Amino acid sequence: MRSLSYLFIGILFGITMFKVEAASWFRIYEMFQFKSFHMYGIIGSALFLGVIIIQYIKSKQLKDAFGTPITIAPKEKTIARYLIGGTFFGLGWALSGACPGPMYTLVGAGFSPILVVIFGAVLGTFVYGVLKKYLPH
Amino acid sequence: MDLILNPWPWYVGGPLIAGIMFLLLWVGRRFGMSSNLRTVCAAAGGAKASSFFDYNWKDERWNLIVALGAVIGGWIAMNLLSTDAAVALHPDVIDQLQQLGISDAGKAFMPEKFFTANAWSDPKSLLILLGGGFLVGFGARYAGGCTSGHAISGLSNLQLGSLIAVIGFFIGGLVMNHFLLPYIL
Repeated sequence: MRSLSYLFIGILFGITMFKVEAASWFRIYEMFQFKSFHMYGIIGSALFLGVIIIQYIKSKQLKDAFGTPITIAPKEKTIARYLIGGTFFGLGWALSGACPGPMYTLVGAGFSPILVVIFGAVLGTFVYGVLKKYLPH
Repeated sequence: MDLILNPWPWYVGGPLIAGIMFLLLWVGRRFGMSSNLRTVCAAAGGAKASSFFDYNWKDERWNLIVALGAVIGGWIAMNLLSTDAAVALHPDVIDQLQQLGISDAGKAFMPEKFFTANAWSDPKSLLILLGGGFLVGFGARYAGGCTSGHAISGLSNLQLGSLIAVIGFFIGGLVMNHFLLPYIL
């Protein structure tokens, strides 16, 4: 049952990423050119509601569907990993035009070369795991 | 019906994304689409190479199921919910991309050069896709999250780290878009 709920949420996510064109390489290019409000509108309106949702959950100490209190682990209080890691991510995002969620959406939509991007992303994740102890965080 | 078949506006997409974040919280999980890449490495025996992959990945199978759902959702959206998937870009962007050799800007969902079957026989395209993917995977784990984990969940939770990560996303993205892509494309 729980697996089915994950699948349903994934399907809704995949449809959304495609239909709002957040999975389009072109939209990401346009966003970094500051030529359209579209992507900023998506992220901005998601955030506006997201902040309200999270603050509401916290203030009411809401529980999830299984009765467990919803807690959200705070991020670490460092700068290096976010700034450096984030910059690497941004370089890849603008090059491949895809962040991890839309990658899967594009497989389903039939753009088969996206599989190369996913393979690269798994490889990048693996290399990070191996180099982690040598990198500044 | 046209409302569904046409591209959805940002004010539909943003709230849906917030709703998806809430649904995942409600079923006891967290919104973050790059974690599944780590799960794949762990499931493939990555623990032999690094303790970063030494954990019970079976507890994280849910994120692979969400990814599978995203694949199915992409198929549904493309094949059942769209008549014309061409992205209506700003005319300046169309001109600019045409000068860079991307002739289908404004007429397609993705640049054909990189994302249709033709790309499989073009080593340069494959290298760009591989390099882009590598940077996304490496950077997402280094930063501890991607667009969904930091720009949506983290910022919604008012995390300073996520704000710094999003600034990093834009530093990298702007450098690639403005200074490197013109030479790469």
